[in-house]
Amino acid sequence: MGVVSSKLGNLGVVTTTLEQAVNWGRTGAMWPLLFGLACCAIEMMSTQASNYDMSRFGMELNRASPRQSDLIIVAGRVTRKMAPVLRQLYDQMASPKYVIAMGDCASCGGVYNNYAVVQGVDEIIPVDVYVAGCPPRPEQLIHGVLTLHEKVKGERFADWMSK
Amino acid sequence: MAQELTRPTTWEGNVEELRGLVSDRALTGETLLLNMGPHHPSTHGVLRLLLELDGEEIVTCLPDVGFLHTGIEKNIEAKQYEKGVTLTDRIDYLAPMSNNTAFCMAVEKLAGLEVPERAQVIRVICLELTRLNSHLVWLGTHALDLGAMSVFLYAFREREEILDMFEMLSGQRMMGSYMRPGGVWRDLPAEFLPKLEHFLSYFPRRVDDYEALLTNNPLWIDRTQGIGIVEPEDALALGMSGPCLRGSGVNWDIRKAQPYMGYEQYDFDVPLGEHGDVYDRFYIRILEMRQSVRIIEQAIKRLGGAKGSFRSENRKFVPPPRAELGRSMEAVIHHFKLWTEGFSLPDEEVYVAIESPRGELGCYMHGTGGSKPRRVRFKTPSFMHISALGKMSEGYMLADLVAIIGSIDCVLGDSDR
Amino acid sequence: MNVPKALDPAAALKSAMPDALLDTKTFRDELTLIVEPSRIPQILHYLRDTQGLIYNFLSDISTVDYYPETRMDGQRYGLSYHLYSMLYNRRLRVKVYLFEDDVTVPSCTEVFPGANWLEREAYDMMGIVFEGHPDLRRVLMPDDWDGHPHRRDYPLGYEQIMFSFNVEDIAKHKPFAKE
Repeated sequence: MGVVSSKLGNLGVVTTTLEQAVNWGRTGAMWPLLFGLACCAIEMMSTQASNYDMSRFGMELNRASPRQSDLIIVAGRVTRKMAPVLRQLYDQMASPKYVIAMGDCASCGGVYNNYAVVQGVDEIIPVDVYVAGCPPRPEQLIHGVLTLHEKVKGERFADWMSK
Repeated sequence: MAQELTRPTTWEGNVEELRGLVSDRALTGETLLLNMGPHHPSTHGVLRLLLELDGEEIVTCLPDVGFLHTGIEKNIEAKQYEKGVTLTDRIDYLAPMSNNTAFCMAVEKLAGLEVPERAQVIRVICLELTRLNSHLVWLGTHALDLGAMSVFLYAFREREEILDMFEMLSGQRMMGSYMRPGGVWRDLPAEFLPKLEHFLSYFPRRVDDYEALLTNNPLWIDRTQGIGIVEPEDALALGMSGPCLRGSGVNWDIRKAQPYMGYEQYDFDVPLGEHGDVYDRFYIRILEMRQSVRIIEQAIKRLGGAKGSFRSENRKFVPPPRAELGRSMEAVIHHFKLWTEGFSLPDEEVYVAIESPRGELGCYMHGTGGSKPRRVRFKTPSFMHISALGKMSEGYMLADLVAIIGSIDCVLGDSDR
Repeated sequence: MNVPKALDPAAALKSAMPDALLDTKTFRDELTLIVEPSRIPQILHYLRDTQGLIYNFLSDISTVDYYPETRMDGQRYGLSYHLYSMLYNRRLRVKVYLFEDDVTVPSCTEVFPGANWLEREAYDMMGIVFEGHPDLRRVLMPDDWDGHPHRRDYPLGYEQIMFSFNVEDIAKHKPFAKE
């Protein structure tokens, strides 16, 4: 909280820009949608568990309903049968919404270059951060989340209008 | 193409299409057809269930799988045998070394390749650690679904220790591809055995902790006893295996019946249930965790006296170590042949079955006489168990369905491959 | 409790249904019986219920596509039923060969209810039609999918690997979602 600590005196008054305040609020508690598909979901669960706690970074709860979440972490391989489901879930989320493609299968199709797997989930939904790995270590996923936070902190008025 | 992938599928079909699959009361609207969709917090993975509900009671349950079908078998058929091992990890992603072992055993059977004793003991240690790993995830998610959230955190804490050990062996936490045809990829590193012995010294007390939280808990007993009962004849007829079959009282464990990897030399019990309900299947897996600890302790003692190396020395199938390449011309020739074309297996078929944490994992392999297989098929236990879900859940309440799904320990990657 | 003596499955089947058994084969201690496709339910029923055989567990139903080669009298597909006897602790494979233009086999869901989904998968992946199956739909692929993926003449369907010299070409044809 650099903004707060720099100005906290006896008055308790803080001056900042609107963008910084809003972005700070957005990154502080970004709740992901519970969307684990395959092996990466297990590593996502490990990241949520006590050893590498993702609640430190604001992701305290995974919401089951897409209308209540602002982040979707696509963890696992998306098959052609599952693709319309993913699109429907993404459409149901309220903006601003962010997407992390976790793992190789979500980023580019991964090990599976065949008829059944969508070669990269960015064929279906626009992705903000790609996290590589098969499956990515919890530290890699946390790095991806922090990269997303950096991206959100850099957003401006113009981006909000288009979202 | 984006339109193709995102057009709605046939879920908005007519109820008439379901005639014969659901009872006639659904067609008149007397019972409710509810879609427990592929995206749901308590179906373990992407499982879609079409439920016909009479109030809260389930009349019919139709599972719909295939949302995770990755075509792994067809991908393996396009690769050489040694390269196919990495794809097998991802079939049942909670027990990756079991799938590796089934595939490697099928290759070894087809090739007539002997696995040395030390490799067998290392494989047993890894298989039992995988069983512990898988049962811990099952315990955590099953308890989480039924409301006991702290068990999830405890189980994953233990699991981190096991994943550290896997990382020491193969460099990767989960998908190590550590088992190769002929043995294992490399010998045990020096820091592995002290860590394993330290882990085994405190793990039984942790299992006592889980039991203290769940086994005699009246809430847990109310939610799991008498739910999802399967009679032994039905279980056999529906093709169930593993803890689901043993929960009904049928004593079949492939490690005892048709032992592989030297399992006949280890002394362990096979827990059996009586009633065939969710509680019995839960308790069997807790007891199996204790038996796995017992097996690993015996295996560690046998490791010192085991003959042979960590992988077979048959250079027609196993590439030589790099140090040998500078000394021997045959080693260079074998290395070249194995890494470019790969070894060839005869035009015959074999079927190998092992006891994975879920049940009977079978690998059917048909060679061509060349370096790529003609057909590799995995018979996975989750596929059979999910098909039995319809029969198991008839007559129970909707909230009990969550307990039943958790107790069959289905992994959708295992079911859909 | 005295258990009846175990019989040799090939000899027992030959004496009970002489025209059903076409061939036997043993490889690496696995016995395979090659039988007539139209008699499959009767054969499995016999193997399950006869004293001395009691193959009461169906492990697996696997398919093989021999394209472009053929087997036996020119058949393209092989279908194997893997059976296990809990009482005598032994496995058996019952195999049939099917022609390319005649891929129908009677269903064995009456004998082994667990074969329901296994036969659906054999239909979905290889195109083998099971007569008398209560619900023969696709199980792994979407309902309106065209083709049977595990056949050898079905393409793997892979995307070209992106290198630096063709990355722009591939990116032009690849659909990217805009919003």
